[in-house]
Amino acid sequence: MSGQAQGRQCLCERLGPAFSDKEKRKGGEDHSAYLGGRGMRRFPSPRGIINTIVKLAKTCILRLTVCKLYFILSDKVANGGASMWCELSQGNFFDEFQMEGVAAEHNEIYLEFVPENLWRALKTAQSAKAVKIKLTNKHCPCLRVAVELPSLSSCSRIVTHDIPVGVIPRRMWNDFREPSMPDFDVSIYLPVLKTMKSVVERMKNLSNFIVIEANLSGEMNLKIETDLVSVTTHFKDLGNPPWASEDGCQSSGQGRDLESMAEACIDIKKLQQLLAGQQVNPTKALCNIVHKRIVHFILLHEEVSLQYFIPAIA
Amino acid sequence: MKCVIAGGNVKVLGRAVHSLSRIGDELYLEPTESGLSLRAVNSSRSAFAAFLFAPLFFQLYEPGSAGPDTELFRCKVHMKSFLGVFRSLPSLEKSVGKCLILLKPRASRLVLQLHCKHGVTKTHNLAFQECERLQAVFDTQRCVSRLCAPARLLAEAVVHFPPTLAEVTLGTGTSGRISLRNYVEDDAEPSKTMVTELWLAEDEFQSVAVAPGSHITFCLKEFRGLLSFAEASNLPLTIHFDKPGRPVIFTLDDTVLEVHLVLATLSDLDSSSQCPSTNGVSHLPAPPDDFGDDLESYMAAMETSEGCSEGPPSPTFPLRTPQPAKSKPQQQEEEEEEEEEEEEEGAVPGTPPHKKFRSLFFGSVMTPGRPGPATTQEVLAEDSDGES
Repeated sequence: MSGQAQGRQCLCERLGPAFSDKEKRKGGEDHSAYLGGRGMRRFPSPRGIINTIVKLAKTCILRLTVCKLYFILSDKVANGGASMWCELSQGNFFDEFQMEGVAAEHNEIYLEFVPENLWRALKTAQSAKAVKIKLTNKHCPCLRVAVELPSLSSCSRIVTHDIPVGVIPRRMWNDFREPSMPDFDVSIYLPVLKTMKSVVERMKNLSNFIVIEANLSGEMNLKIETDLVSVTTHFKDLGNPPWASEDGCQSSGQGRDLESMAEACIDIKKLQQLLAGQQVNPTKALCNIVHKRIVHFILLHEEVSLQYFIPAIA
Repeated sequence: MKCVIAGGNVKVLGRAVHSLSRIGDELYLEPTESGLSLRAVNSSRSAFAAFLFAPLFFQLYEPGSAGPDTELFRCKVHMKSFLGVFRSLPSLEKSVGKCLILLKPRASRLVLQLHCKHGVTKTHNLAFQECERLQAVFDTQRCVSRLCAPARLLAEAVVHFPPTLAEVTLGTGTSGRISLRNYVEDDAEPSKTMVTELWLAEDEFQSVAVAPGSHITFCLKEFRGLLSFAEASNLPLTIHFDKPGRPVIFTLDDTVLEVHLVLATLSDLDSSSQCPSTNGVSHLPAPPDDFGDDLESYMAAMETSEGCSEGPPSPTFPLRTPQPAKSKPQQQEEEEEEEEEEEEEGAVPGTPPHKKFRSLFFGSVMTPGRPGPATTQEVLAEDSDGES
């Protein structure tokens, strides 16, 4: 999947008004990319989402379009069948952002990278005066994150992290399409994630699988069962999100018995990893359950939306 | 030997022991007229640390008496045992008022006694072994380059590198900037390894007297132990270094304390190609002098150099060659050590940790400024009884 940078692929983000305009160069050269700058303090850092991704997988796909960034984990065997789709508007994070994809009609870039590397680079950037990100191809494609740090001397400290990335060729882009919303049986808001996390962590010590069940009356149960013990944690009054389908009618759930539980038995580790990565409470957190098929988690923060799919164990 | 350490100095001693524990498994105690010296060396002989506490550091210091033909008594103890006494630094600070160290050769016990609050006394009796003097050969005067920085600066610098990173390369750019970069082994795939580089301005250091375009690669793990001691004691750290392959010496100086850490460095494969100009090209260029706050011009400088840089992904530090088979003594451990050290007398130290760094030279001993008869300071050799 990795390969050399193709054609005029480049990622370019310019700094804010404090810096002079940089003339855009044409013809196969890499453009400089800058992220943030002094305006960065107004904006949250993408570190929060990277922190989540680090827990979920060893490699991740970054898709760049003109307006948005996407972090994608596809449902390969390596991920245990789980998949993730996360999108952010670049305007929420970057003072300026410029990119140029492979060709005008495919103005996108897909990169494969190791989230841990990016996480470490952004950790440096916590107290930065300026951060610039650039896609380069010196010996192999790299995301160069250059961070300018304050220092006591007249010159700033500069830290650069060269994160090796793999450029995904266009013929493989179809592997990473946005997953469609499943036809769920029940949709329910999640309990406070911190509580859910501590429950799941304890259950993880007892069993490898967990059953999530919920109904349209705002009730959710987390159950584990082994030969020796079964444990169930009950949550009530969670609320069910009102989904309106495109034609204006209520979507699935219409006519469904409000007390009837939809359930799915999933790998507890996947759930624990998802919850472990959440440092901040999302604005909205809910899950959609397709009975005995899949659980679809949606976590919405102000600037980031995250969807995580965990298939049910047969 | 008998000495008493009181008050806040107990914690300093504890921190020193923690630092030494990062180096080796045995703690060497050597009382001298100029103070008590605690030393350690690692198993591959590529790292050596010595803490010398002057008599003023102690409330009471009696090194013992040396006869006309005998020296002051030296011994070594298991690091774990000694460290165990000082394991919890916060509780040392809170509850220990005084520490007594008593070495009675005839009773064959090293006594460490902590006098704590509420009348509690904790007495530790440690077994020890007699040993010869442990001393690495190094000479800070012979080092071409010297940097002095507050410990905080270096601590802030290494924080950007992962805690597990083994080796780091310290370099001097042509415009006077100092760089730190993680060392990537040559057998690691360049397309998989993240490279982190940090540039520090010259004026962040207290003093800089370096040969431009020089670099050395040393083990970061062993350095971190000294760095945390320096940071806690708020002492400036001086780094003396020379060509790649020659050891790097870190020193801390105080009125009552002198610390030396000597680490072997990676030697270059191809010493003939070490002219500073080629270093400049194959490196990332140092940020230009008029850098100021302008990250943009730095990025521009990087771009212009990219076109002309070539060569292997880890440009400046090609693999060290496998050293000639004549001296691979560190690979046989156990009791051979004493003979090995004698073989290595005068051998140039080569390359880095476990499989790479060869041992430092443990030849004959004179450290600069140290008084002492040369005749008794022979090649260090382990006790002929071998390791316990």
